[in-house]
Formats: sequence, C-alpha cells, structure tokens
Amino acid sequence: MSTATHSLPRTIGAHAVLLTYTVIALFPVIIVIVNSFKSRAAIFGAPLAPPTPKTFDLIGYTTVIGQGDFIHYFQNSLVVTVASLFFVLLFGAMAAFALSEYRFRGNSLMGLYLALGIMIPIRLGTVAILQLMVASGLVNTLTALILVYTAQGLPLAVFILSEFMKQVSDDLKNAGRIDGLSEYTIFFRLVLPLVRPSMATVAVFTMIPIWNDLWFPLILAPSEETKTVTLGAQLFLGQFVTNWNAILAALSLAIMPVLILYVIFSRQLIRGITSGAVK
Amino acid sequence: MRGSIAVESIAKNLIGGTERMAAAPKRPFRWHIVVFLAPAVLVYTAIMILPLAGTLQLSLFRNIDQSQVFVGLENFRRLFGDPNWSVNFWNALRNNVWFFIIHMVVQNPIGVLLAALLSSPRLRFSAFYRTAIFVPTILSFVIVGFAWKLILSPLWGVAPNLMDLVGLKSLFTPWLGKEQYALTTLSLISVWQFVGIPMMLIYAALLSIPEEVIEAAECDGITGMSQFWKIKLPLILPSIGIISILTFVGNFNAFDLIYTAQGALAGPNYSTDILGTFLYRAFFGFQLQVGDPNMGAAIATMMFLIILGGVCVYLFLVQTRLRRYQF
Repeated sequence: MSTATHSLPRTIGAHAVLLTYTVIALFPVIIVIVNSFKSRAAIFGAPLAPPTPKTFDLIGYTTVIGQGDFIHYFQNSLVVTVASLFFVLLFGAMAAFALSEYRFRGNSLMGLYLALGIMIPIRLGTVAILQLMVASGLVNTLTALILVYTAQGLPLAVFILSEFMKQVSDDLKNAGRIDGLSEYTIFFRLVLPLVRPSMATVAVFTMIPIWNDLWFPLILAPSEETKTVTLGAQLFLGQFVTNWNAILAALSLAIMPVLILYVIFSRQLIRGITSGAVK
Repeated sequence: MRGSIAVESIAKNLIGGTERMAAAPKRPFRWHIVVFLAPAVLVYTAIMILPLAGTLQLSLFRNIDQSQVFVGLENFRRLFGDPNWSVNFWNALRNNVWFFIIHMVVQNPIGVLLAALLSSPRLRFSAFYRTAIFVPTILSFVIVGFAWKLILSPLWGVAPNLMDLVGLKSLFTPWLGKEQYALTTLSLISVWQFVGIPMMLIYAALLSIPEEVIEAAECDGITGMSQFWKIKLPLILPSIGIISILTFVGNFNAFDLIYTAQGALAGPNYSTDILGTFLYRAFFGFQLQVGDPNMGAAIATMMFLIILGGVCVYLFLVQTRLRRYQF
C-alpha cells in the first residue's frame, strides 16, 4: 500500500473518530455499573465520579438480592436458552445435512420453505401461537418458550449450516460409505465434527436474541415460576422506579453475565460475522 | 384444537409427499432423508408457519356470541375507517416509518464510516474498537431502555452535567418526556444499540475486496477519499442493501425498546406508539381497553403485508439491480 494513505494526521483522525464512538458506545454501560456501587447521595451528587471509599455502598445489591428472585429467573433463562440452542443446532444441522447432501425432488423448494422464516418474524404469529399453547396446555411453561425459540432459530441455522456442509469433502463421506457406515453415522461422526466452528457461529447468533427476548416471556410465560431474567428485570425495574440504588444494581447484574460471556466469545462472534456466513 | 389437528394433517402430507417422491425411482426408499428433515420441518411448520397462517385467517373473523364468525374484511375496514382504531393505527404507522427513516439516515452512514476506518490497514487496536462498539448490540432492550431512561432523566444529572461540560446545558430538555422529541430520541437510542451490525457487515464486505482491485486503483492515481467513493462504495452496495432490508424488518417488528422505555401506552400521549406496541395493546388490552385477538390478528396481518412488501421490493427491485461482483 502506498504511504499516501497512511499519513500521520489521517491515522490520528481515524483513532479520534473510533475512540469517540467507543466512548459513546460504552459510556452508558460504564456509568450504570459505576453508579451501582455508590450511595444514594453520591449517585445524585456526583454521577460522573467513580466510587470513593466514602461513597462506596452495596445497598442496591442487597435490595435486589433480598427482593427479586433473580437466581431463579436466571435459571429459567439458562434452561430456555440452552435447550432451545440444543434443538436448533441438532435439528438445524440434520435438516441442513439432508438439504446439502442428498438430491431429492422438492429439495430446493424445501430449502426455500425453511428460509422463509429468516425474513418473516415469528412474532407476527403470536395471536395463533398463544391459542395453540392454550389449547395444548403449555401456557406458563418453559416448554412453550423452548418450542417457540427453536422454531425461531431454525431458519437461519439451516441456511448457514447448509452453506458450510456443502464444503465438506465428498470423498470423505464416500469413503465412509464404502466402509459400510450408515448415513446416520456419517452425519454424526464425520460431518458434525467438521462443521463445529460454524455451529459455534450459529450458536452465538441464536443465543443473543433468545436470552434478550421480552415479547414471548411476557405473553407465553409471565408466571412467577417461569419468568426469565429479562422479564424479571423489566418487572423489577418497573416496581422500583424510585429506588435508584436498586435499579442501578439490577441493571448491572443483568449486564454483567452477558458482558462476561461476550468478552469470552467475542472473537468467535466477530469471526462468524466477518466470515461472510450471513452475507 | 383446530390448530393441532391441522398440524398433524400437514405433517402427514409433508412426510407422505417426500415418501412418494423418493419412492418413485427404482432406488430403495431413503428413510434417512425423512428422518433428517422431519424434526426441523415439523417444529418449524407447527410453531411458525401454521400460527402465521392462523393469524392471517383470524383477521377475517369476529367473535360474535362466543363463536368465531367469518366477516371478510370487516376488521380491516374498522382498522382503517373506525376512528377508535384508525387514529391509533395511522399514528403507529407514521411513527414506525419515522423510526425507520432515522435508522436509515443515521445508522447506515455511521456504520459505513466506522467500518471504513476499521478496515484501514495497519490500524492499531482495531480489535478493541470492534469489540467495544459491538457491546450495546448484545445487551437486552430492557437494559438499554432503562439505562438511557436514567441517563436522560432530568432527576439524575448525567445528561445535563455532560452538556454543561461543552457549554450546551441550556439545550437540555427531558427528551423522552416531550411529545415532539420522544420518538426521535428512542430511534437514536435504537441506532446506538444496533450500529454494530451494519459496521460488522460492511467491515466484512470491505475486507473481502481483493488487494488487486485496490492496487489497480492506486496505479490509476485513485487514493484516499475518492478511492472510497469510486471503488469501495460501489463494491459494498449489496451489503448496504442487505442491511437496509434487515433494518426494515427489524423496525417494523420492533416492540421491546418502546415497551421498556415508555410502557405499553407508548407515551407521552402515544407519540412513540409503533405497530409492535399497538399490536400488543390491541391483542391483550391495556387498562380500559379490552383485548381483542381478532383486531390483534388484523394488525399483525398488516405488519406481515408491510414486511412482505418490503422484502419483495428488496428482492425484485433492489437486489436485481445491484451488481454483485465475484472475485
């Protein structure tokens, strides 16, 4: 590359813009977390200052842990997310394998049918989904959420995974067939391990909207036993509007698990996006 | 009940269909294809496609004396013509269009700018910037909505204090509480949250432009800004198209942010009401209003048609005109 594109002012300018935007992106998150560790007077007196030994206070966290049943909500979210993820990946990979591996009549039609759901949001079917869940007695169960999220995640999973499965070498699969492996063994023992990186990408893409969803928990499972952490946080925040310590602490508690997971998986996620899987 | 019977019959048809197709040639019937496809197709059909169809169907019925009666387009006539519904509907639709416009004119240019800067070669800390700018995207609407509500609150001095630093304190007003600003403020919060997605997709597109193309441009003396406008931008137009349609679908389906920040009534005075919150109120009822599944279904059908229209415009008008370059 020519040196003309890398003059010093240009580089400084680029850093200035990116740094400014980074500050804009992180500022609200940081200010919430920082203030959650301060006493009420300090939250209002000096909102931009970090907590000092004098203003440090955990009253917000003790309120949240004493009041809301967050551990339970957290478990619900975890069960729903993990189970939906498992079914999306398993069913999605199986369907993707069938579509990419075998030639049968109606193959591309089936692919198109499954791809419909990428563009049309499942939320528009809510009225009938609720009726279906009422009829089958699944309202206020985690099963209802798992079913809905599995259906929601499948279209994109099938689409991305079948792109990757096309790249698995035919020779390998045929060698397996000659050795007398069944089609199921070929799928589970040969193909699945090879597409594991793309499974991770799909997993991340599927997980974030499920964990963060408010609509379906609100409509299908609002009972105390089945509340997810997102819904629980929403209701808790609504109740404690005037208790700023508790609100800031609850927000921080909701942010931190996601943030920690993100820091661990961010390379995977960003590689997934930039590898062109979703283009 | 009707739903579950329909599920079974469709499932039978589907499996039967595959069976007939596969059995016709002399090959032995390949059961494994059915086994591989069945779970995904069944769940997807039962939980997504049939309820969607069911919702479209419900929009043509009314509950009269405890039973569903076919009324044709009566629900839509009420939605567009009856002032009890139409005022709110057109208001929500207008707001939704404005919500989308703000996204298009703010989110995409910022995304392109950030991606262009990130993709400049030998930029230090680019991984850090990428990771940090994407953080808001992974947070839930509940967190985002509430955090901004607190920051913009006149009770808590964060926003006025910050504006004081740059001498603009006099410009501060409670943006979320004023009818004329609330929707734009919420749209900008949503842009803040989602700018990471266009940034990443365009960044990926910029990285996939081969070195030779850039070198050829440099040989012809096209560098810097003109290189971006004349070479790179045309090459990333397909990505911008995809981002636009994703934004469109996401915006006309949005609900969570408005609900968490302003509640189901989408205040002040419905000024932030969009189709998602309107659907929620119509379907479940809120305060004095009684929930009406049929009108809810009619609104969902309108959202479906709008989204379908947008997707069709994209597929048939935009995508076919954008030339994709294969390297």
